[in-house]
This record gives sequence, structure tokens and C-alpha cells, in this order.
Amino acid sequence: MNQQELQNLRSMIVAHKRWDYLFGVLGILALMLGLMTFVALFSDMAVNGLARINVEFLTSFPSRRAANAGILSAWVGSVLVMVVTAFAAVPLGVAAGVYLEEYAPKNWVTDIIEINVSNLAGVPSIIYGLLALGLFVYTFGLGQSILTAGLTLALLILPVVIVATREAIRGIPQIIREGAYACGATTWQVVSDHIVPYASAGILTGVIIGMARAIGETAPIITVGALTFIAFLPTAPFTGEPPAGLFDWLFAPFTVMPIQMFNWTSRPEAAFLNNAAAAGFILVLMTLTMNGLAIWLRYRLRKNIKW
Amino acid sequence: MKISKFAAVAALTLVGVVGSALVHADVPLVKVDGSSTVYPITEAVAEDFQKSKKNGVRVTVGISGTGGGFKKFCRGETDVSDASRPITKKEMEDCKAAGVEYMEFPIAYDALTVVIHPKNDWAKNMTVAELKAIWEPAAQGKITSWKQVNPAWPDRPIKLYGPGADSGTFEYFTEAINGKAKATRGDFTASEDDNVLVQGVSRDVGGLGYFGFSYYVENKDKLAAVAVIAAPGKPAVAPSLQAVIDGTYQPLARPIFVYVNAKSAEKPEVKEFVEYYMKSGEKLVKEVKIVPLPAKAYTYNLEQFAKRAKGTKFGGENKVGITIEQLMKLEAK
Repeated sequence: MNQQELQNLRSMIVAHKRWDYLFGVLGILALMLGLMTFVALFSDMAVNGLARINVEFLTSFPSRRAANAGILSAWVGSVLVMVVTAFAAVPLGVAAGVYLEEYAPKNWVTDIIEINVSNLAGVPSIIYGLLALGLFVYTFGLGQSILTAGLTLALLILPVVIVATREAIRGIPQIIREGAYACGATTWQVVSDHIVPYASAGILTGVIIGMARAIGETAPIITVGALTFIAFLPTAPFTGEPPAGLFDWLFAPFTVMPIQMFNWTSRPEAAFLNNAAAAGFILVLMTLTMNGLAIWLRYRLRKNIKW
Repeated sequence: MKISKFAAVAALTLVGVVGSALVHADVPLVKVDGSSTVYPITEAVAEDFQKSKKNGVRVTVGISGTGGGFKKFCRGETDVSDASRPITKKEMEDCKAAGVEYMEFPIAYDALTVVIHPKNDWAKNMTVAELKAIWEPAAQGKITSWKQVNPAWPDRPIKLYGPGADSGTFEYFTEAINGKAKATRGDFTASEDDNVLVQGVSRDVGGLGYFGFSYYVENKDKLAAVAVIAAPGKPAVAPSLQAVIDGTYQPLARPIFVYVNAKSAEKPEVKEFVEYYMKSGEKLVKEVKIVPLPAKAYTYNLEQFAKRAKGTKFGGENKVGITIEQLMKLEAK
């Protein structure tokens, strides 16, 4: 290799490095665009809303007087709906994911199911609301209740949970299955003793990301009939007259955070806009807490896995 | 092991759910739904009513719009329906088919307010004919400058803001000004959120918009209200509590209503709620910056409620420019 060729090679490398660098800058800019938008929105909400956030705001019912209005019924409603969503979506989603990965025969029926599950994740949420209105509210007669809303959001995040479960299961080395089967384990034993425990970190992450999406949903919840003004809480779970009274809360009318916010933003008085900002701030905090929980749980569970 | 425990809990949950679906707890509940225009009043009444009952009665209030509210009401799903216009023929039929009988009570006035930018010094008074020239369907794409409406006005572009087609406000304005409900030009900025309309007009010297009186009251520093001349030779009347109550602010003042399911009214909690509504109505309507009816109208409502006077006084049609005096004299059809 003569001097000339070496020179060419070097300049080529420099040129490529430059492109590399440029792409890096572009990537950071793209990242910043998203991040700055969030920071701007979040700080705007904080500036308008922080003055309103105190214990009374969290423990008061909505009111016509902006200064007395709070989000008690809204955040309790959101939390209870999320509980129902988790109880419905996790067993169904995990079972479906496990079935598709471990049990389902590889044929065209399975292929169609797989394609449909992926497509379901892209269906607009209002469609789920309309489905739920016909199915849960009218056909099953569950009414415009916490149960209906929870099940609706569970349908919404089911594809996310299924996909996350399958991804997590695929990450488990094949030798683990082979080892278990070689020792004479049945499919169920492999699934319950190895697959699900090892995949639980990934599954949990998927579940919580799905839930973080669901908590901000408004359209399907309005469709199934969440109300705007509620100045009472549902019967506290598991305190009613057993056995039936224990589940009264599931059938209670309810409202959720995004609906409360939406109502406040459309009021003529400016003071209600500050309330909406404060409620938005708390909703974002709730979402961030859920995401934080996902990260922490994943870390904890990964640490415990010893292959 | 873990899994079977989980299955047991899940099974138990299911049994409980089914069980409680059959046996509901008995907390008296009043369900209200309907118009967003009436919502602030019903919300205030519901808030105070629940407090006066020491939370012994629950009241829920939804915002499905007047039409959406009547759909639920005529299926018997709600006890009370908020309405920013009288019930229509179609809705009357739906109620009849489902065997739902109802009582109609006007509870306040909504004064539609036409607003302009405070720096607009030429259009402080407008006739109904001028408003029609601006908003009628034929104006679409043609009337683009203030000068075209009235030669005395400057040649400035006119920017229009109005509520979306689903609102009762839109329906009433088009009927009162253009002569036919929902007939309007299409090239204006429409929003269901009145705050968007406030923003639009307040940033545009050539802007013109209309919405409920309360949004104007809250934004008096950013907007000016147009005084409306109902007919040639009549005085220009600016919207105000007094002008609406004495019937001079025409034709843009309209009564708004609540409808009560006659069967629900037999339940003590609904009966008490409606009575509370009429007794505290005047005070609370004023508090939420809506125009109240004269005190005697609420007394009249109470008498009608005691008599259980069923039906509507409008026969399925909107009546433009009706005063409360005329309304009280009408016979139910």
C-alpha cells in the first residue's frame, strides 16, 4: 500500500466519521424535539397548576367554585378502573401469549390470530368504546360502571400485554425448555415452573406500559358512559355486606381524571383552567410513577433469575 | 402452587361479581344527563342538594348534549334530562314508544351573545338583517369584508367564529338569525369548546363570534358584546340580565329546561331533588352566571310539579323569541 492509497483511505474514514457524527447530532435533535415538547408542556402545567395542588385538592369533590373543587372522585375512579383493567387484562393476555408461544400448532390459523393480535394494537380506542357500549353495557347489562370501564380498557391493552408476553417468552433460551422436557416435564410444568417465572419481568413491563396508556384514555370511557359530576365515592372495595356487598364498587357510577380535566378546560372561568392544569400534572405523575415501577420491577426480577 | 392460589382468588372474584350483580346495594341515586349549557346549573344544584342531605342521596350529572341526554332519558336510563332546547317530535315519539312520560320545566335563560373585538368601533350595534347577511348559507365565500355588509363599515376582512353543529346554541342561533335551524355558511372557525371561540375573537380585530352569555361575562376585558336590533325601528339592546328577563333582548334569548321522568318523580329522592332545584334555582343560576327566570316562574314550576303536569308546551318545535310570561300561559300539548 503506497502513500497515496493510505491517504485516500484516511480521508474516506474521516468522511464516514463525519457522517456518523452528523447522524448522532440529528438523533439528539430528534430526541430533544420530543423531550423539549414534553418539558415545555409539563412545566406549563406545573406553572399553572402547582399553586392548586395541596391536600384539599386531592381530597375534595368537584364543585362549581373553582377554589373548592378537587379531584377525589376522579383519581379514585381512575385507580379503581385500573385495578379492574389489570385483573382482567393480565390473566387473559398472559394466557393468550403463553398459548401462542408454547401450545399453538404452527399453522395458518395461528398465523391469522397472530396478525390480528398485532393489528388490534393499532385499532383506535373509540372503536373499543363502541364495542364495549354494545357488548358490556347493553348485552351483558353491566351498566355504566367501573366494571364496564375496566373491562373496556382491558380489551384496549390486551394486544400490548399479549405481544409483551410473547416477546418475553421468546427471550428465554431454548435449552431451558429442552432440559425440562428431557426430565419428563409436561408442557404445563414447563410453562408454570420455568417459562412464566422467567418471563415475568418482561411481562410486567408490558402490562405497566399498557396500563400507563390506559389511564390517559378518554374516548372509550366517555362512550361507555363515565359521568362528569360525581360528588361521592363508590362503596370502598370489600367493605360492604358480604358476600354480595363486597363487589358493590364494581357497579358504581364513576368519573376518571382525563374527563374531569376536559370538563374543567371547557369552563368559562379561568380559575378552572388552573384546576385542569393541576389535575393534568397529577395525571402525568401517576403515569410516571407507573413507568418507574415498571423499570424497578424489571430490575428486581432480572436480578433474581439465575440460569 | 402459586398459580392455583391465583385461580382460587379469580374464581372467588367471579362468584362475588355475579352475586353482587343480582343484589344491588340500596343507596338512593338521582341520575341526570344532557346539555352542557344547563350543566353548570345542575352541577351547582346537585352539589348543594347532596350537602343538604348529608350525602344520604347521590346525584350524578353527565354531559351527553341535549340530544344524547334525551336518547338516554327516553330509554328510561336517567331521571332528569338537561336540555338547551325543547324536546323534538322525534324524541317525543321515542319517549312515547318506551312508555316514558315526562314533565318540562324552564329553569333559566341562555342569552346568546354576539361578540366582537373591543377595538371594533363600527359594529357595536347590529341588526338581525346584518347578522343574517353575514351568517346565511348564501354568504359563504362571498361576504368576506365588513364593508360588504354595511357600506359605512371599513373594508376589513371579517373572521367568523361559532360553535359546532352538535350544539343547541348553534341550532338556536341559526334558527333565530337565518330562519332555519342548522342553516349556516360553512366557512367559519367552529369549535365545541367556547374558550377557543373566545381566544379567536379576542385576537382578531375583524373577528365576530357567538356563544353563551356566561363566556362573555367571564371575558369582558377581552371582548365586546354586540347590541342587537331585533327589527327596523327597534332600539339596539345589549345582552344583560335585565334585558333578557324583561324580554327586550330579542331574538337571541332562549329558555333552557330540565325534563323530569314522571315515573322517577314518584321516588322520594327525585321528588326532593326537583323541589330543591326549583327552590334554590334562582340563586344558583345567578351564581353560575346564567340568566335566571323571574322568581314567580320557579314558584309556577313547583305548582306544576305538585300537580304532576305532564308533556311539553312546545309540541316538538322551537319557538324563537318566547318570553317567560308567554311560556307560562302556554298549554301543554
